[in-house]
Order: sequence, then structure tokens, then C-alpha cells
Amino acid sequence: MNALDIQELQKIYPSGTEALKGISFSVEKGDFFALLGPNGAGKSTTINIICSLVNKSGGEVKILGHDLVKDNIKVKSLLGLVPQEFNFSIFEKVIDVVVAQAGYYGMSRHDALASAEKLLKQLGLWDKRDAVSRTLSGGMKRKLMIVRGLVHDPEVLILDEPTAGVDVETRREMWKFITDLNKQGKTIILTTHYLEEAEQLCRNIAIINHGQVIENTSIKSFLSRLDTETFVLDLAEPISNLPKSDLEIKKIDATTLEIKIAKADTINKPIKLLDQAGIKVISMHSKSNRLEELFVKLTH
Amino acid sequence: MTNNVRQISNMFMTIVRKEIGRFLRIWTQTLLPSVIMTVLYFIVFGAFIGSQIRSIDGFSYMAFIVPGLIMMGVINNSYSNVVSSFFGQKFQRAVEELLVSPTPNWVILLGYSVGGVLRGFIVGFLIVITAVFFVDLPFYNIILILLLFLLTALFFSLAGFTNAIFARKFDDVSIVPTFILTPLTFLGGVFYSIDALPVFWQTVSKFNPILYMINGFRYGFLGISDVNIAVSIFILILFTAVMFFVNLYLLKKGIGLKQ
Repeated sequence: MNALDIQELQKIYPSGTEALKGISFSVEKGDFFALLGPNGAGKSTTINIICSLVNKSGGEVKILGHDLVKDNIKVKSLLGLVPQEFNFSIFEKVIDVVVAQAGYYGMSRHDALASAEKLLKQLGLWDKRDAVSRTLSGGMKRKLMIVRGLVHDPEVLILDEPTAGVDVETRREMWKFITDLNKQGKTIILTTHYLEEAEQLCRNIAIINHGQVIENTSIKSFLSRLDTETFVLDLAEPISNLPKSDLEIKKIDATTLEIKIAKADTINKPIKLLDQAGIKVISMHSKSNRLEELFVKLTH
Repeated sequence: MTNNVRQISNMFMTIVRKEIGRFLRIWTQTLLPSVIMTVLYFIVFGAFIGSQIRSIDGFSYMAFIVPGLIMMGVINNSYSNVVSSFFGQKFQRAVEELLVSPTPNWVILLGYSVGGVLRGFIVGFLIVITAVFFVDLPFYNIILILLLFLLTALFFSLAGFTNAIFARKFDDVSIVPTFILTPLTFLGGVFYSIDALPVFWQTVSKFNPILYMINGFRYGFLGISDVNIAVSIFILILFTAVMFFVNLYLLKKGIGLKQ
């Protein structure tokens, strides 16, 4: 059984804007799935329809076989949402925000407190439990929203830009936490603008653009379409001229080169060429995220 | 208790607990102003001016205005508790916490309304306590007092909920209390008996629903009323039921809450 089944989902806003033009895709149970797309593509509309925050204009949504409209209460109980915007009461204490959310899912206060304590400890927020939520840092607010989305132990967790605006350390901590959740069997659906995030975490993706699904496949097969990769090389000493070759080498500045390599070629060839020219390379990294390259090609 | 009933009870109690916590946390804004205002009414209208006014149906002017002042406090506090709380949640988008959850609409509505009723009850109780320092209240029919309090507080809590659903900015929250509730309350016989009005204005006053609430409440305390008590109760039950189902419909359609 799929965790999520979307068939011909349509949304036309009262202004006449057709945000979703009959999209269809599925997410398998236990999957780590990325929903990608440029700003205004329809990602948040899709998520908000799934989570009953926006009424659909047409089509069908099923969560673990339960219809969004006919079995709305059951569908809601299976989902956990971590929205893009901070949407908790800024006047309430951290613990109260989390425990109230558990209560809305029918949990007793005793169970809610136990679940809140476990999750707040896991995400390093336990010491802040009595702090008023508006006093938290941006990263802590994001973590609070993850705790809130998980407090009732949902089968499917939907994360809408969960790491937007957080520092690298917090982002990596959140990635590990979410990955561990997925390993424990929870289905994760993620939207993000950090394509590196999707590439590192997710197994399958759907790309939405102008209200239509333009790609729905596994990350692996999607990346296999990439025909070239660009590397940035940092040199030990400045150079004035580039060695002559049939390779695509570009001098960025005196100590930085950019080399584009076809997927069929190896990296040995340019390294050998530079070595023969007496150019010492001290470090090398991929110029851009591979997924990002394909994403830009598809959506522009 | 079955699992489902227990879950519903937990959802309901979460909303009620949150509402009580909210108005107690800011008690200087929610509970105290009504009590201070009522003490001022007692001193100015009751003691200073009231002593110059003849008794009404055998009761001192002070005793006559007490039920109306209690009702005024109950109406204002029940209404403003729900409208400000629910609109505040909407404004911060924290209402989405509820909308994504399996809490049924009727539980959301009842939870917020009970919050409003409880604030109305606390304020009403504080006003009664304050009043007994100024006047000897007879408490003619305590069951009627409680019934009319409950129905009035529930009706205005529900009305506050409707206001919050349609409100788009904070100004929209204060329009109804300022331009509708306060005039209707003052013209609903808090400070006078409509018998003192010319016939035409007596007839006009009878279209004011708050007149029935205040007079019903006054009957509960003093045993006197300008209107039929059965009519008061019937109108209140009818209006409360209509308001409840109107709100349920608005929540189901997501009007003012969903796109």
C-alpha cells in the first residue's frame, strides 16, 4: 500500500489562478520522498491540500488507502506536518506548544508530556521547555516545529522547507534526526530549496513546475542523466597560462581552475595533464550540486 | 469510556485548558477591567446618582442595575474572549495546528465557547462579589440566574467565534463590540426599565435581543421583569442553536480559514 496516492489533483484559487493542473504521483510506504520545484510551482499548495489546509478543486488524495475527503479525520491522524512558516503561538511556552498539539490528536496529557519530553530531549530543546517560544533562535524554532509535527507519532511526516535559514551544524543535526526516523519506518515527504538536501536524504523525487509534475523518478536514475560534471581545482601556486589540451579547462583566477568532464571520462586525464605541466593541485571539489544542474535544466 | 470518547475528551480539554491558561495569564487585561468598571458604575450610578432616583418596583436603583451590570460584563467578556483568542490564533496562523489535527469542528467550536463561558462566569462572579458590598441582592431564582447566564455567555461566545472567522485584521475584532454590542447593551435596559420610555421606544426596544437577556437575568435576581421570561429563554435557546450551526457550517466550509 502506498503512503500517498495523488490522482489528477487540481487547485484553482478564487482569483482564477490554476495552481495545480491535475497532478498525479505516489509515495511508497517507508519512502524518503522529495517534492521539488521552483517558487510558486505548486509544492506548498499540494502539501496544504494533503494536510487539509487548502480545499482541492478536483482529483483524489489518499493517505495509506484512506480518502482525504471521505475519511478526513483518519487521514489527519496519520499525518504530521512541519510547515514552512513558523505557525505556533509566540506567547506560549515550548512545552505547552508541543503538549497542546498532542492533545489535538486525542493524546492524554500524561502521554503527551512523555512524548514531548522524549522528542525535546532528542532535538536538544529540553532545557528550553519553559522558554516562551518567541524567544527561541531561528534554528530552535525549526526544531520546535519538527517536535510538534512528531509528537503524536504520525505514520507520514511532511516537511515543508524544514531547514530554511538554519546554520550548517543544525541542518546536519536535523538531517540525521530525520534520516533516523525514516530508517525506523516513517514515511518522509520533503520539500526543499536546498537540492543538496534532497540529493543526500531522499530516494525518490517528483518535480513540479507550473502546476504540473514534470519528473517523477528515483534520485539515482534522475542523476544518471547528468552527462557532465564540473570540478573546481585550487592550485598551490599562481599560473599565467593554461596547458594546451582538448579538455574544457577554464581559468577562474591565478590559483583556481574549472574543469568540465564528460560522464564517460575519468578524472585521471586532467590531473595527469596538470601534473605534466608542473601545476600542483592542492584541493578539488564539485562546482555545483549535481541535482541542481539537472533541476535548472528542467525548470528553465 | 471508549477510546474514541476518551480522545474527543482529550481534544476538548486541551482547548479549554489552553483558553483558561490564556485569560488567566493576562488577567489584568481580561478579568480586572470589568470589575473596576463595575465598581465605578456602582459608585457613580448607584451611590451618587442612584440615591437621587426613586425606587423601581420596590427595589433601590442600585439593586435594579446590578443584574444588568453583571450581564453586561458576561456579554462583553464571553464575546471578547473568543473573538480575540480565535482571531489571535488565526493571525499567528497557529489555528493551523487545529486545522491539520483530527479534532472535529464541533469540538473546536465547543472548546472555544466553553473558554468564553468560563471567563464570563468568572467576571460575573467577581461582579456579584463586588455588588454584595454595595447592595443587598435577593437572588430570587438561582436556577434561572444560572440558566440565563449560561445561555447568554454561550450565545455571545459563539457570536465572537463568528466575528473571529470573518475578521481579517485587528480592527475587525473591535467593530462589533464597539458599534453593536455596547449600544444594544446600554439600550437593553441595564440602567432603566422600558416602562419609563414612550410607547414607541418601548416597541423599538423589544426588537433588541439583549433586552430579553437582561430582563430575564433581572427576574432571576429580583423577581421583576419588563418582558415574558419564557419568551426570553426561548429566544436565547433559538439564537444560540442557530449561532452554533452557523459556526459549524463556516468551519466545515473553511470560510475565513482555508483557501
